[in-house]
Amino acid sequence: MITTEHLCKSYKVAKRNAGMKEACKALFRREVEIIPALSDVSFTIEDGEMVGYIGPNGAGKSSTIKILSGILTPESGSCFVDGYIPWKNRKEHVRRIGVVFGQRTQLWWDVPVIDSFELLKDIYSISPQEYRNNMEELTQLLHLQELLKMPTRQLSLGQRMRCEIAASLLHSPKILFLDEPTIGLDAVSKLAVREFILRLNQTHKTTVILTTHDMQDIEALTKRIILIGRGRVLMDGTLEDMRELAAVHGTVSELPSEETKQMPVDGAAIRQTVPIVHAGLEAGQGDKSLERIVAALYQKLDIV
Amino acid sequence: MRAYKKYFSFFRLRFNMGLQYRVAAVSGVITQILWGLIECLTFLAFQQADPAAYPMTFSATVSYVWLREAFFSAFSTWQTDGEVFDSIMDGGIAYELCRPVSIYNMWFARTVASRISMATLRSIPLLTVASLLPRPFRMALPASPQHFILFAITLFLGLGVTVAFCMFTYILAFFTISPQGLRMMFTSLVEFLSGSIIPLPFMPGGVRAFLELLPFAGMFNVPLRIYSGDLSGAQMLRGIGLQCFWFVTLLVLGKALCRAAEKKVVVQGG
Repeated sequence: MITTEHLCKSYKVAKRNAGMKEACKALFRREVEIIPALSDVSFTIEDGEMVGYIGPNGAGKSSTIKILSGILTPESGSCFVDGYIPWKNRKEHVRRIGVVFGQRTQLWWDVPVIDSFELLKDIYSISPQEYRNNMEELTQLLHLQELLKMPTRQLSLGQRMRCEIAASLLHSPKILFLDEPTIGLDAVSKLAVREFILRLNQTHKTTVILTTHDMQDIEALTKRIILIGRGRVLMDGTLEDMRELAAVHGTVSELPSEETKQMPVDGAAIRQTVPIVHAGLEAGQGDKSLERIVAALYQKLDIV
Repeated sequence: MRAYKKYFSFFRLRFNMGLQYRVAAVSGVITQILWGLIECLTFLAFQQADPAAYPMTFSATVSYVWLREAFFSAFSTWQTDGEVFDSIMDGGIAYELCRPVSIYNMWFARTVASRISMATLRSIPLLTVASLLPRPFRMALPASPQHFILFAITLFLGLGVTVAFCMFTYILAFFTISPQGLRMMFTSLVEFLSGSIIPLPFMPGGVRAFLELLPFAGMFNVPLRIYSGDLSGAQMLRGIGLQCFWFVTLLVLGKALCRAAEKKVVVQGG
């Protein structure tokens, strides 16, 4: 089980204006701005759940994933993953989780994929039996047979992502964090990845936390969605809840703008505080694609 | 011992990977042979200018130069280890922090492996050529079998000191956005202090005595001078003792600093 309460994290960013003069000034005095990444993030995720964690760029998704996987220390707030505090008990904690960062690679660039896998086997001290079983299953489900002997650098992005996912599951983690696992993939690879994740969750009861910008990932995989914006949890519910929220806000925007400004955007309370008043605009009308709903929602919540 | 198996795996993978870069080794060997010849000529000019003031035997200098070139990639503090800095700068370190491994031990193993693999590829052809050159530029045999054994041992000890020192530059990179400046400063200092540009015996008396106490003298200064017998007896034992002392000290300090760095690490990018 994963619980986080009131997680806060901010980054220091050195800022300066353009130009030579400003650059020289910055040599002596740097203006540092504190940018809050997470202002108050709380949620609970049960074992075996599959949760979509969405929000616009810079909302704090990756920061949350980094905290949950133990590589970032928050300033305040608490977080327990199966009883461990990720950043305090890093080594014990990471043994039990798998992480895929869609924009990075964990495979060694210049050597065949299988070499990276063998290394992971030693890193996690995976028993030969378990390693063989997992390899067999992953090779079959992700169609890795041909890829294992190839150097990582010669794989296509789709092929590489399949290998990345396999690499994160070799040690049979109970929890899997997927940070944009379908980014940049073609339709076939996306479908293959989604199908695999769904199956993993069903057969192994692996808890999956998925961040993505691809709403079809969400539609295909997760029942529960946590929407985050400007470092706060804005909604914790289902796809339907999100459609409703978008619809309500869509109507509000057509009203004089003063009211829109006062929309409460703090905390999960929003779902309860906004009554669904406009019968004329049914939630999630079929002609609106999910993507547009989300875009509208981001704009209306003023979190882009 | 079992706990260290994973670090040995890092070593093995990185070593195998390093052996792949053959063209880089060939071009490196050619450059280094030419560079070594230039150095030998320069020292020959020194020696002929004033043989009495020359602090080593000329043959010991020649061995020093060739061994230095042969094991250059094992001991150089610049040009190598780009991958560690890259992973800190582009955030690839995120994955490494998600593993149940000690970051320090892992980097140590990888750095030692990449250095040994590079040095293996380069030293064999280079030493072969050096031992076939006409006198006085020919590389001499070791002073004695005992000297050779001690040379081999202290060579590894020196590599340990070098890598333990380089670990500091990695760890400091955690605290800055771009480690380029730090690297430049460290490497030019080390080049001079370790006797890479001019062997330490050529330094004036007081400076030399001081430099020989520093960790940088424990890098390749000790093994290369033991080989030719330039360092022997009590002086040699003192050199080896200092190597051991610095290796352990740098290791302990580095590990402590690394733990502090992990606490405040900011993984950059998306």
